Amino acid sequence: MTRLLPFPIISFCLLALWLLLNQAITFGHILLGCLVALVGGRILTILELPPVRVRRAGIILRLLRMVVMDIVRSNLAVGRIVLGFGRRQRRSGFVEIPLDMRDPYGLASLAYIITSTPGTLWVNFDAQRGALTIHVLDLVDEEEWIRTIKDRYERHLLEIFE
Amino acid sequence: MSQLMLTYSLLVAQVLLGLAIGCGALRIFLGPRVQDRVLGFDTLSVNAMLLLLTVGIRTGEALYFEAALAMALFGFVGTAALAKFLLRGEVIE
Amino acid sequence: MNGIQHLPPWAAVLTAVFLLTGAAVTLIGSLGLLRLGTFYERVHAPTLGTTLGTVFIAAASMVYFSVLQTRPVLHEILIIVLGIVTTPIALTVLVGAAHFRDTAERAQLGKPAGRVQPHARVPGDAPTGKAG
Repeated sequence: MTRLLPFPIISFCLLALWLLLNQAITFGHILLGCLVALVGGRILTILELPPVRVRRAGIILRLLRMVVMDIVRSNLAVGRIVLGFGRRQRRSGFVEIPLDMRDPYGLASLAYIITSTPGTLWVNFDAQRGALTIHVLDLVDEEEWIRTIKDRYERHLLEIFE
Repeated sequence: MSQLMLTYSLLVAQVLLGLAIGCGALRIFLGPRVQDRVLGFDTLSVNAMLLLLTVGIRTGEALYFEAALAMALFGFVGTAALAKFLLRGEVIE
Repeated sequence: MNGIQHLPPWAAVLTAVFLLTGAAVTLIGSLGLLRLGTFYERVHAPTLGTTLGTVFIAAASMVYFSVLQTRPVLHEILIIVLGIVTTPIALTVLVGAAHFRDTAERAQLGKPAGRVQPHARVPGDAPTGKAG
């Protein structure tokens, strides 16, 4: 597994990409796609990435469902703000959140989740202090945001990656 | 009847996406800072990609899909490169 | 060649609804680019178009071509995945660059750098574009 397929997930994605682009599932295309996947996976080893340790894969699905629901909900909220349906004075600002996570893949996933949700934005991570700065469009209560990020996302990511 | 509706809603969707592209272009012109312009460029490229998809539906040709794919890729690479350029201290005015 | 005439009514309605929803969501997101006050607020808006907008319009294209060619046409999934994966990465890099520039500028102005103060504004970042 490690010598032939250093990054099994990426290799699988490359194969799927090849088959989708050609819109054909024939023997020849599967063979070519496997070749692309193998070579692509081997090329990535040049980057010397740290190894991925995914521990509880079952939680990924639950996290994914939660993130999709959050994206839809905050899409509606941000749309309402942009169109000016807010009933009170809106305040936006930075929130600093202490994180326990150190795994680079976990942090990258968290950055992706926070930024892809409209309404929150990953600004800066201070690796020495373990402090994350995010920007929130509709800031009501800082404590609530800290709780949300830590309980909803970081806890699950910690279970997955560490 | 419903075919006519689809034709009209295609037109409306293309107009809406064109306005969205206009918003991005206006942000590029207005600035006021460089990062605003880069953000406008990113939005513009995503909207143009979506407009290409609707053009593909209108003409019924699958070719526009490939153009949209290339557009999405170039938009991402362009934004990442511009942001990386902003990170160098020299461009601070 | 235009194939709209050969489409069954249910597919036409579904495509139209997906198209209009996606385009409207995208326009709202881009409108936010003009209406919101500061740079950090503006970055929130385009993610609207890139998440739900892309999903809806790609779904419309998927339904249309699948029904027209009477076989599953799924390569729009690539657009969805590409759009959803790349845009947050680009925006994170961009916001990081903007944050770095703000910090550097504040240091140049002689104020203590370091922790970001809420609502601290650098001179060029005054609210603009309220006209919308």
